[in-house]
Amino acid sequence: MQITVNGTRHRVDADPAMPLLWVLRDVLGLTGTKYGCGTGLCGACTVHVAGRAVAACQLPVGKVSAEVTTIEGLAAGPVQDAWIAHQVAQCGYCQPGHVMAAAALLARTDSPTDAEIDAAMAGHICRCGTGPRIRAAIHHAARQLREG
Amino acid sequence: MVRLTPYVEIDGETITVIVPRAEMGQGVQTTLAALVAEEMDLDWGSFSVAHGAPSRSYANGALLVAGLPFAAYRETRLTRWAAGAMRVTGRLMGMQITGGSTSTRDAYLRMRRAGAAARAMLVAAAARRLGQPPETLRTQDGAVVAPDGTRLPYAALAAAAAKQRPPRRPRLKPSRDWRLLGRALPRPDMADKVHGRTRYAGDIRAEGMLFATVRMCPHFGGTLRGVDAGPALAIPGVVKVVEIGAGVGVIARDTWTAMRAARALAPDWGPASGPADTDAAFGAIAAAFDRRPTVTLGRRGDVEAALGAEKPIEAEYRVPYLAHATMEPMTATALYGDGRLTLWAGTQAPLLARERAARAVGLKPRDVTLHVTPMGGGFGRRAEFDFSDQAARLARAVPGRPVCLAWSRAEDMSHDFYRPAMIARLRGQAGASGPAALSLDIAGPSVLAEQARRVVGYVPPGPDKMLLEGAFDQPYAIADFRARGYRADIGIPVGSWRSVGYSHNTFFLESFLDEIAAAAGLDPVEMRLNLMRGESARAAKVLERAAEIAGWGTPPPPGHARGVAFCWSFGAPTAQVVEICRTEAGIRLERLCCAMDVGRALDPGIVEAQIVSGALFGLSAAIYGEITLAGGAVEQANFDSSRELRLGQLPAIETCILQSGGKPAGVGEPATPPAAPALANALFALTGERHRRLPLHHAVRFA
Repeated sequence: MQITVNGTRHRVDADPAMPLLWVLRDVLGLTGTKYGCGTGLCGACTVHVAGRAVAACQLPVGKVSAEVTTIEGLAAGPVQDAWIAHQVAQCGYCQPGHVMAAAALLARTDSPTDAEIDAAMAGHICRCGTGPRIRAAIHHAARQLREG
Repeated sequence: MVRLTPYVEIDGETITVIVPRAEMGQGVQTTLAALVAEEMDLDWGSFSVAHGAPSRSYANGALLVAGLPFAAYRETRLTRWAAGAMRVTGRLMGMQITGGSTSTRDAYLRMRRAGAAARAMLVAAAARRLGQPPETLRTQDGAVVAPDGTRLPYAALAAAAAKQRPPRRPRLKPSRDWRLLGRALPRPDMADKVHGRTRYAGDIRAEGMLFATVRMCPHFGGTLRGVDAGPALAIPGVVKVVEIGAGVGVIARDTWTAMRAARALAPDWGPASGPADTDAAFGAIAAAFDRRPTVTLGRRGDVEAALGAEKPIEAEYRVPYLAHATMEPMTATALYGDGRLTLWAGTQAPLLARERAARAVGLKPRDVTLHVTPMGGGFGRRAEFDFSDQAARLARAVPGRPVCLAWSRAEDMSHDFYRPAMIARLRGQAGASGPAALSLDIAGPSVLAEQARRVVGYVPPGPDKMLLEGAFDQPYAIADFRARGYRADIGIPVGSWRSVGYSHNTFFLESFLDEIAAAAGLDPVEMRLNLMRGESARAAKVLERAAEIAGWGTPPPPGHARGVAFCWSFGAPTAQVVEICRTEAGIRLERLCCAMDVGRALDPGIVEAQIVSGALFGLSAAIYGEITLAGGAVEQANFDSSRELRLGQLPAIETCILQSGGKPAGVGEPATPPAAPALANALFALTGERHRRLPLHHAVRFA
């Protein structure tokens, strides 16, 4: 089996039913994508497949047919900068997933409304309560994108 | 490498500040490093921060002080004497623990002194080298500067400085000269967290690594009689099935295979000692009221006589068991071989974790190297040792191979050390200006007793303050008062959960005060202010500020209502006003205003983050949080049966950080306790219905 992750093609020797999450973490050693629930309920394992935010714990590696981007491969840009400017992370465990979801949202629109942000983040949980700063950081990043 | 004090190391050009407290997200590594850097005149960002090795010299004295049965707002000579004695005991017991919102309080003097001592040693070394008196030298941006402008970087002085005798009482910088403390500093851990580079204990990767998970007996106090390893071993990639105490561990070539194999097993579980279901647990808690109280605190006047004068207001409140549900389920990585164990764990108590892991695999603590990793959430859960012990045992089963242990979410939710369920029976007499008499009887499992038994093997003598904290120690002048605690041993493991006893007792007391205010026709803010003004001006000011930001004096818009609550915990008087509104989708959290007097805000950005964090943690638990039992096992397994507030449900949050001076208070926990009663009181104001049981979502539809 072959998959492309962060621009690199990998030959993977794994059960095709194995969720992409565990291929990334345990086979390829890309540990920035986190396990939080294993059932697509928390968003900690969010990656991009063909640019769309996907829960890697719900996607069997055998079904991956497009290029995968993980937090390690996400091009540095306004989203991460805004996260740092707003000092969003506390424990930080859920943040790669939040950052990936925010990046996917902002790739679709550079002026998301609060309702659009709520919808994009509805599948994510942060137990540290960083939500208000996440919202502020997304608006901040959107502003940066609009102003180029 | 040169060590100037236990907190400052210089290796070549690299200066490292050791922060022996665990980073769970609360920002402790930032603030504690700033204490040292401030005194040393280090540039922010010019040095690295490390947790350091477990050591007795990093024991936490403030944690034991917080356990004393005195109201924190009254500091007397007796409490100060007892606090001093406890500090010594804590060191002897080697409690290098992160918890109880004590890190900053404990480090405030100690780490500044460490920084000042290191600076004095560097200056003395420079004075010698330059042949000039030390008084003529100053320090700036990591260097000693002579009057003629000559700069000697610390790195160049380190070896000579290490030979200097550290001053016993180095002079500390006056706070007016602070450049780092008192400012919101960029966290050194931020960029790595945002870019996914932070290595939690489950992210350690090494050559030849194996991956493991555990499946422990689902019934509390139960055992493993035996297990047929066959179904697991039949799955390709499974390396080993290991019996570990009351459960099984599976080691495989990846975590997914280990988790699948663990599910494929049909272990033969032995008899359990825990209750069969939630009703049985509550029944056993209620039965504790029939016994003598374990502890009575805050007794004033004659409460029975006062309550007997007229028919009192009576109410019974209940709160459920709660899981910590850290975003990172329990993880630890271990490597065993050649009579040594290397352990990577996110632990709030490294000395004890090392000792316990050593015992688990028959080694001496000195044969165990423990690397404390960042934690994907703690909230008290990672003050326990089950997961690190398991990693050690699993690694012993495959010597020479590193083993990365990861629990499934279901395992994490069903094998926690829970915030205990509690029942409170309250009686009060409303006078013209509020409660004339108040009696609180509170029953439930004792976190203190169970945690102490697990950690040190015995229950320390003295009153069980945790059972009643938040009930007896609040700054309210009530003439006839008494709080009684009834310990109930239920058999469901309990432990520290963010704000511990305050998390339930504040709900009881602050909701019931609201009932009394309603019965007496008093404004809930005014009534509290009248009760607290003579007791604590700090407390009154905090409540006034919260009410002011919330616009308490002006009526809320139609369909909106507000509720208020107060709690003095961990050194920080805290008041919250929650505003809710009725919508077609249900009750919406509109705003939460929180005022907290932190004494001194060493990093206002981190303090603000902790206030928001604590308040949302409290709200989420109040609305959804619950662990229930059926068939002797926990019913919740994941974030569908155990819900959390999502981004779209969060209220707008406004914070006001007050600084009345003196020492910094703990800030990680104090915002949690008032959230539940402020919300329940707002619901009463909106609907006229009093909610005496949590979680609220059973009775209220939330948007």
